[in-house]
Amino acid sequence: MVYDNPDGVMIGLEVHVQLNKLNTKMFCGCSTKYHDAEPNTHVCPVCLGLPGALPVINRKSVEAAMKIGLALNCEIVEQTQFHRKNYYYPDLPKGFQTTQYDFPIVSGGKVVIEGEDGEHVVRITRAHMEEDPGRLMHMGTIEKSKGTLIDYNRSGMSLIEIVSEPDMRSPKEARRYLDKLRNILEYLDVFDGSLEGSMRVDSNVSIMGGQRVEVKNISSHKGAERAILFEIMRQKNLLRRGGKVVLETRHFDEARGVTISMRTKEEEHDYRYFPEPDLVPMRVSDWGPAIQESLPELPDTKRERFISQYGITGMHAKALTSDIRVADFFEIVASKADPRAAGTWVADVLRGELNYRNLAITSFTTEDIIEIIGLVVEEKITEKSAVDVIRTILDVGGSPMDVVKEKGLLKVEGDIVTQAVSESIVENEEAVQDYLGGTEKSLNFLVGQVMKKTKGRADARQARELLIAALKD
Amino acid sequence: MITKDEVEHVGWLARIEIDDADAEDYAVKLSSVLDYFGQLDEVDTEGVEPTYHVADVMNIFREDVVTPSLDQKDVLANTAAEKDGYIKAPRII
Repeated sequence: MVYDNPDGVMIGLEVHVQLNKLNTKMFCGCSTKYHDAEPNTHVCPVCLGLPGALPVINRKSVEAAMKIGLALNCEIVEQTQFHRKNYYYPDLPKGFQTTQYDFPIVSGGKVVIEGEDGEHVVRITRAHMEEDPGRLMHMGTIEKSKGTLIDYNRSGMSLIEIVSEPDMRSPKEARRYLDKLRNILEYLDVFDGSLEGSMRVDSNVSIMGGQRVEVKNISSHKGAERAILFEIMRQKNLLRRGGKVVLETRHFDEARGVTISMRTKEEEHDYRYFPEPDLVPMRVSDWGPAIQESLPELPDTKRERFISQYGITGMHAKALTSDIRVADFFEIVASKADPRAAGTWVADVLRGELNYRNLAITSFTTEDIIEIIGLVVEEKITEKSAVDVIRTILDVGGSPMDVVKEKGLLKVEGDIVTQAVSESIVENEEAVQDYLGGTEKSLNFLVGQVMKKTKGRADARQARELLIAALKD
Repeated sequence: MITKDEVEHVGWLARIEIDDADAEDYAVKLSSVLDYFGQLDEVDTEGVEPTYHVADVMNIFREDVVTPSLDQKDVLANTAAEKDGYIKAPRII
């Protein structure tokens, strides 16, 4: 199957990743742990751009940028440096952003995603280092604001901007690319995607017969998919009505799910890039081999290993490796429980129950799921009961055994079921005659009687088999 | 030669309002500054590597160790307007 992309959709993404797992910002020693802090409490003369302050590059930021580059199959540049990108906006206290320009630290990589027609390569143009601006809050809506409040706690955080080629052909592929990217970055342990504003996306969207439109201000993967979908529809409608799609920048309004023209007067040359005189150039390509060596196992490799090592299905392996926390969780469980059963119970059941409740894997313990899988494998509880136990622990709490005892979920002994079967046959002569006369449905009624007598603790399949056997005699 | 329009554009980039008379005046003065620097263009730089930094040093890094930040009241001491710990700026489009 080949995806023919009827509208000639081309999507390229610029993803800003905040290196929020580092201790300090990119050019100063201010802490990165500002997410629950009062505004303007994690700032110093450097990240406030006070006169005379001197930035110094965080070695770990450079290492993280190289890690990311190598994980995305990029080349490391021989010599690199920072530039000043000049624009006057209150989120930049210095009046310029310290960023990279013609010598990005890494370039020319690729990521393989699951595309519309199977494996699909998205080329990575480059990834460069830059500082995060401060955070602006508009008093009221952006269109009718009375003023702007500024918090510089975010100012100077290390960002890596990852720029892709326009290789994605649908909103779904863009979403898959973002998911894959986030997954790889979390594997690298350079960033925590659950923190607000940790990954921000600008997207370039064009369709056949129109120019490229940049959509800014996308803050989630779902938002990216919606913004791009809206933008493709808008451009198609415009062309259909005889209009023209012009080169412009639009702002995504997440609440309304629409993109709005920004009418900016600034152009590339207006940024007046020039080499940052306060920071000296870097020659770090010789760090490459050691960093390459230190790279952890990445998602695709881990998936293959899970399949061969644990004998689980490709589907399960894919689901389990799509989040490093889930993968680590599974490996602990698989080391102490039957690995295949662990695959099913973690990938299908537990993940399903967690997703339904919008909870992370950390909401469940490996000990509990190991115990539950053990109970099922040893046939002490039914699979249905095990699901019930998981749900109860998530909703109410308690340990697996507590729940099993409290709800009386231990499978009853065979003789109790046998007794219930005989009683049901004796007490329901009509149903028995119907069944023997060829009415299959009546068997279901009898199974129901057995379940009722055993208060639901019998295994329905077992009850059925016992009934059939008993009625043959 | 710098035009009056260019002066106004650069003024807009820096969010500085420049009135008509000043713009004419600045155009002439900035042109003479640029002409002066233009002398550098006369030097033959064929085969010379660009200089990105005047100091002949490389790879100056800092370890990833937290140092104390400023107190919020000191951060806000020089602001024209503040609200709830934030610096307050005029409405931004």
